[in-house]
Amino acid sequence: MATYLKSVTFVHSINKTNMNVLSLQNVVKAYANHIAVNDVSFDVKKGSIFGLLGPNGAGKTSLIRIITTITAADSGKVFLNGLPLNNLHPNEIGYMPEERGLYKKMKVGEQLLYLAQLKGLSSKDAKYKLKTWLEKFDILNWWDKKIGDLSKGMSQKVQFIATIVHDPSLIILDEPFSGLDPINANLIKDEIYHLKEKGTSILFSTHRMEQVEEICEDIVLMNQGKIILYGGVQQIKNDFKENLFSVKYEGRLSDSLHTQDYKIVRHEANEIVFKTSTDQTSNDLLRNLINNKVNIISFNEIMPSLNEIFIKKVEASNE
Amino acid sequence: MNKIWLVTQREYLTRVKNKTFILTTLLTPLGILVFMAAVVLVMSTGSDKAKVINIYDPTHLLENELKTRDNLTFQFSDQGLDVQKEWYKEKKINGILEIPPLTDSLASKYSYKYHSDDQLAMDESFAIESAISKKIRNYKLKKLNIDANTLKNLDTDVSAIPVTILEDKKISSITTVVSSVLGGVVGYAMFFIILFYGMQVMRSVMEEKINRIVEVLISSLKPFELMMGKVIGVGLVGLTQIGIWLVLMPLIYIIGAALFGVNAESMGSINTGDIPLEQINMTSQDKIGQIFLEVRAMNWWLILPLTLFYFLAGYFAYSALFAAIGSAVGEDINEANSLTLPVMMPLMFSMYIGISAVNAPDSSLAVWSSMIPLISSIVMPVRLPFSPPWWQIAVSVVSLIIFSIFLVWLAARIYRVGILMYGKKASFRELSKWIFYKG
Repeated sequence: MATYLKSVTFVHSINKTNMNVLSLQNVVKAYANHIAVNDVSFDVKKGSIFGLLGPNGAGKTSLIRIITTITAADSGKVFLNGLPLNNLHPNEIGYMPEERGLYKKMKVGEQLLYLAQLKGLSSKDAKYKLKTWLEKFDILNWWDKKIGDLSKGMSQKVQFIATIVHDPSLIILDEPFSGLDPINANLIKDEIYHLKEKGTSILFSTHRMEQVEEICEDIVLMNQGKIILYGGVQQIKNDFKENLFSVKYEGRLSDSLHTQDYKIVRHEANEIVFKTSTDQTSNDLLRNLINNKVNIISFNEIMPSLNEIFIKKVEASNE
Repeated sequence: MNKIWLVTQREYLTRVKNKTFILTTLLTPLGILVFMAAVVLVMSTGSDKAKVINIYDPTHLLENELKTRDNLTFQFSDQGLDVQKEWYKEKKINGILEIPPLTDSLASKYSYKYHSDDQLAMDESFAIESAISKKIRNYKLKKLNIDANTLKNLDTDVSAIPVTILEDKKISSITTVVSSVLGGVVGYAMFFIILFYGMQVMRSVMEEKINRIVEVLISSLKPFELMMGKVIGVGLVGLTQIGIWLVLMPLIYIIGAALFGVNAESMGSINTGDIPLEQINMTSQDKIGQIFLEVRAMNWWLILPLTLFYFLAGYFAYSALFAAIGSAVGEDINEANSLTLPVMMPLMFSMYIGISAVNAPDSSLAVWSSMIPLISSIVMPVRLPFSPPWWQIAVSVVSLIIFSIFLVWLAARIYRVGILMYGKKASFRELSKWIFYKG
């Protein structure tokens, strides 16, 4: 009976994690003086772009090192494609750390071949795939160039290729755009979208919230080793919205607009910001404005930026 | 295993293909040859100008004959000193050697005069003195009615014949010399090779850490695999380099000897100075033959594999420790100095014990330290040509294997934590903590 129950649980966990490329359950990692990762659980859906956010020292790097099998968790479970992390999993992960570099004296081709073979590709496969990628980035003529002769942006491209050449099911990118000019950043961004379309999942760690808002579907926000926020980007923004509406208008406003249902937060020149009560909809406000003969030019809800949510949550959890 | 091989391959190929490696490997033996040829050249040429020196020898002490070297020409002249001095003034000659009569045929001291405003070069005066001394010796022998051969028979070359009592093996006095030279050379070579290539492993670890490539690497393979691949790769580079030298050195010397005429005789004349050549050649030829016999009689089937084993075991243990140190330092190579000291100490210590073991291979210091792991990796190879008892070799081999594995394990524990630590250099306290870190 016990065995039956155990196998049912196992199958259940497989089924549950099957739609997830990565699943963390109560992961803990402690160092001598502090707990770097404290009871962290979250799932990364297959084929999604997932943001791992947090201030410096939040435990992101420690967590990434556990996922990439560089270190092991003290307790808790990590599943990759439904299976507990094992020695073969590094070949299914592509990792571009924040602190990254290459052998300066090696040639681009040699170096990429070496890194691809370390990820389990045969020399022949590696060569073929690398040439395809280099051609795609229009840098095939760099094959015999030494890394030391490349600019920072150029070597970032080489690093990106090294991260994805073995077709990993999970790509972990830690601050991938740092040091890149807008053109190269866009190139990499397009490639990230492209990989996502092909079904690859991307775990994206950054401080730059505008990038997260732009490309991530789900996020987890960590502070001091703990998760303080977890969910879809849109959902989180909805949860944190303060029912603020900005209205631009022409002409004069009648005094009767001041009701107890709406609070005027700010009023400057031709723009007014209302805060509605939670049971009021935007339609109620609009209707009221029209009834009061306001000449509306624009009307939109002020959604909180992830940056604001980030700062708010981190400050709250630090208190 | 496959990944260790990939790392080994990279470490090996990037080093071997490096221009500096190719140049140092090929040029070192050539450099040594050029150096030695230069020494031979410098030693064998005195002043570059040919000199003509007149000899004024009224008593014919030198029997009208004085041979020294090519660029010194001697002319005997019975003309008076004043006449000869005129020749000097006319620059016909460079100087006059005045040979006063030998008043006391048994005198132990004798002086000649050299008339010239220029001094004789040191090697010139040495050559002249020794030639005159030889002539006086012959003169004295004649005066004393002593036959040169009789005199030669008075000299006795004394040597000991060691005879074993319990063991059945042939040894001669030369065995000790050959064993000492062999042991000494092996000891020094082991020290420098382990130190040189161990340091290369350390630098390679630091390079990966400073380059920030290490995190990418260990997301693909285990730190232990990376470290071992590195240690094996650099070790193979070392073996390649030594192998090439072992082939090149004799080859270059043979070619060099043919080209420059550097042969044993000319080297002998430098080293032996004024000792009559015939005497040296007589004994040295016998000795060289004997040395060859002794070298051939050595138990190479035991010495060679065991020396290779001690080299490998010592190299693995030390270079793993160097790798651990490399992982613990930050960006500055100077920081490594204080951390390498504790690793350098047993290495230096064993080299000094090795040197003393050459003189006293059976002293209790040599015997015990050849069985203490790590130190044994240098001391035992020094003792091997002296045929130490087999049980000592067995204890030494087993303890070294166990201890080297332990050290590699220990180093790997430090390494896996160290390579991910940035910032300032770690202290020994921190290093010892890292050993016990989980996962």
